[in-house]
Amino acid sequence: MPEAQVSVATPKQQRPTTEETSLITGSEAIAVACKLADVDVITAYPIRPYDTVMQYVAKLVSNGELDCEYIVAESEHSQFEIVKHASAVGARVFCGSSGVGWMYAFEALTVTPALRIPMVAMVGNRALDDPGAFGVEHNDALAVRDLGWQLVWVDSPQEALDTALIAYRVAEDRRVFLPCAISCDGAFLTHSQALVKIPSQEKVNAFLPRYNRGDLLLHPDNPITIAPQVNEDWLMEIRRQNAAAMERSSTVIREAYADFEKIFGRKYGNPFFEEYQTDDADVVLIGMGTLSNPVRVAIRQMRELGQKVGFVRLRWFRPFAAQELAATLGRFKAVGVIDRDFSLGSPYASGVLATEVRAAMYPAAKRPPVVGFICGLGGREVTVPDVKRMTNSIYLAAEGKPQPGTQWIGLRE
Amino acid sequence: MATVANDRELAELLKRQPTQQLDAFKGVKKVPLEEFFTSGHRTCQGCESALVMKMMVKAAGPRTIVLGSTGCMYVANTTYYSTSWVVPWMHTQLGSSGSAGLGTAAGLKALMRKGKMKNEPINVIAFCGDGGGADMGLSAISATLTHPDYNLLILMYDNESYANTDIQLSGSTPYGANTTFSTPGKVKRIMHHRWKKNTAGMLAAGHPGCRYVATVCMSYAVDAMNSVRKALSIGGPTFIHSLDPCPKGWDYDPIQSHELGELAVASGVWPLYEVENGVLKLIGKTRAIADGQLKRTPVRDYLLRQGRFAHFTDDDFDYFQSKIDEMWERWLIPGVIPFRKQIDGDRPPA
Repeated sequence: MPEAQVSVATPKQQRPTTEETSLITGSEAIAVACKLADVDVITAYPIRPYDTVMQYVAKLVSNGELDCEYIVAESEHSQFEIVKHASAVGARVFCGSSGVGWMYAFEALTVTPALRIPMVAMVGNRALDDPGAFGVEHNDALAVRDLGWQLVWVDSPQEALDTALIAYRVAEDRRVFLPCAISCDGAFLTHSQALVKIPSQEKVNAFLPRYNRGDLLLHPDNPITIAPQVNEDWLMEIRRQNAAAMERSSTVIREAYADFEKIFGRKYGNPFFEEYQTDDADVVLIGMGTLSNPVRVAIRQMRELGQKVGFVRLRWFRPFAAQELAATLGRFKAVGVIDRDFSLGSPYASGVLATEVRAAMYPAAKRPPVVGFICGLGGREVTVPDVKRMTNSIYLAAEGKPQPGTQWIGLRE
Repeated sequence: MATVANDRELAELLKRQPTQQLDAFKGVKKVPLEEFFTSGHRTCQGCESALVMKMMVKAAGPRTIVLGSTGCMYVANTTYYSTSWVVPWMHTQLGSSGSAGLGTAAGLKALMRKGKMKNEPINVIAFCGDGGGADMGLSAISATLTHPDYNLLILMYDNESYANTDIQLSGSTPYGANTTFSTPGKVKRIMHHRWKKNTAGMLAAGHPGCRYVATVCMSYAVDAMNSVRKALSIGGPTFIHSLDPCPKGWDYDPIQSHELGELAVASGVWPLYEVENGVLKLIGKTRAIADGQLKRTPVRDYLLRQGRFAHFTDDDFDYFQSKIDEMWERWLIPGVIPFRKQIDGDRPPA
């Protein structure tokens, strides 16, 4: 056990703070979470729309509210590599990107979970080039879904702040030690304000322990060699360990949400997905991110006309709560999956989420028909009529009328 | 004096951490016997880059963290369960030596400054090969050299090709060399027409905030080690470029590695210098050549020892020699700044 991190002086005394309510954007909420989490190293590089978080971070640093090494990198690849290495020597780190910026960092994104480096990143979801579009699409964050990143989608500034604190706790748990990316829909969340309860520093300190790498700390007191060449001799065993870490992540996430509720008094229910008006629903829609807002409005309108529609908003995409989700979705007569992404050439030409939902449901006892929708790409609004159109299709599926595997909704024909 | 005062103010402003003060080794007999890069590596016989690793970390001492980007010195040096590193060592990606050094230094600085880690100067060295440094990682190295607030050394071991992946040409491969990506054929004798990048010179000239840039060669090991010690002591980000003869890539008998390094310097192909706080100093034989005390040996003697130039004709040797002559006779600063001096007979620019 290296002494370096253990035999430290008392941490800097933080001024007592009180809870307050503030009108802030999703990006600002995450910047505030960085301050509350006392992050040590933050790297920035500009790309819309995520970069607003770094603009807020810069202000927090220049005003002396956040004490960290704030580094403006020369590319996203360096941005993510810098924090990866800072985390290896025991620093709590924050980073983020959007769209092709996230893709530019792909190599760094690959090695970070492979090295078991905890990191919290914000993805301001954005359409991938080409052609250029600033608006939201989920393909950026989803691109790393196989690599060991924990991926979570949020739909309000409050949830963004809370989830960032939870993400640090989960990522830095020794049982997990995997990075976590918080997806915030570009513009709809990164740039939209809402009232946010900002917790007191004392409560955050009670919730979030210090990051301790223990015997994995890279330090002269603990002269380890990290990531030597292993070849076929050991690679499979190491991959299996990483897989086990991801499997343990589900438990750690549950614990973190339970403690969060105890300490902050805010209740999120099932951490993995949120259900809206599902108790008596015939059919259900499922999707991620801020499309929850038009969906909820449409559901209220449709219920007035007697259509019993529910909505499941998936928060955690990795780890994917397959059994639990399959059991939930099995309660309904048909399921419609709304993808704000695409997966060209995939089974039934679906989006990524639809493919995952179908895979999750295959072993389930009850398997209602699943209809896939691709909608709201490039930041196009998902409208209330769009939601109604999707609902009509799943009602037809529920009645046994076969529907196309995937439908593009809101498309100019 | 004003410069010194400004530097102090800058250091205060940046809250730069103190460095270890590593004095120069005064001769080979004063070099400590203790090794921090030991057995367990699998480099080729006669590998000068392995010698660079050994001497680099010997010069730095035990309170050092080393980051190694992908390349020979990763793949051949750090086999699982038989690591040769006594000091803490971590792999980084091919183009990440700059970012790895910066991130490590920033992490340590933040933790020490905030009282989360025992405060002590720890050396941070990130190394890369010529592929990782002169090609892929150039942008990250350049960015890192502009951050005056972190103490770290980036060392580029230049064996003039991607030697680990089968000897492919890099931006640091000399003109005309036979590599697996530039094999001489029936129609094209010379497949590689690019002139070797002037990496150290460009980094020294382009980063006025960087306080130390040097070229070294392990044929002059004590000088090289003292360069490492100076680079680590001076503070801020620093860069060292080492030319490493490579038996496999250059195609020669491993016994000649040391001699080839000497020939590279004696022929003027590899000038040894350091730029310390903006002041250029030529070192050893390079200085003697510049002062006119030593005549450059013919480049042909250096090239003929290497199988990678076996396809060269007299014309090729002459061309290579003419480019080296140009570097020495017409560059503004030979080996460092490639702008040409205006000499007699040149017409002034319009």
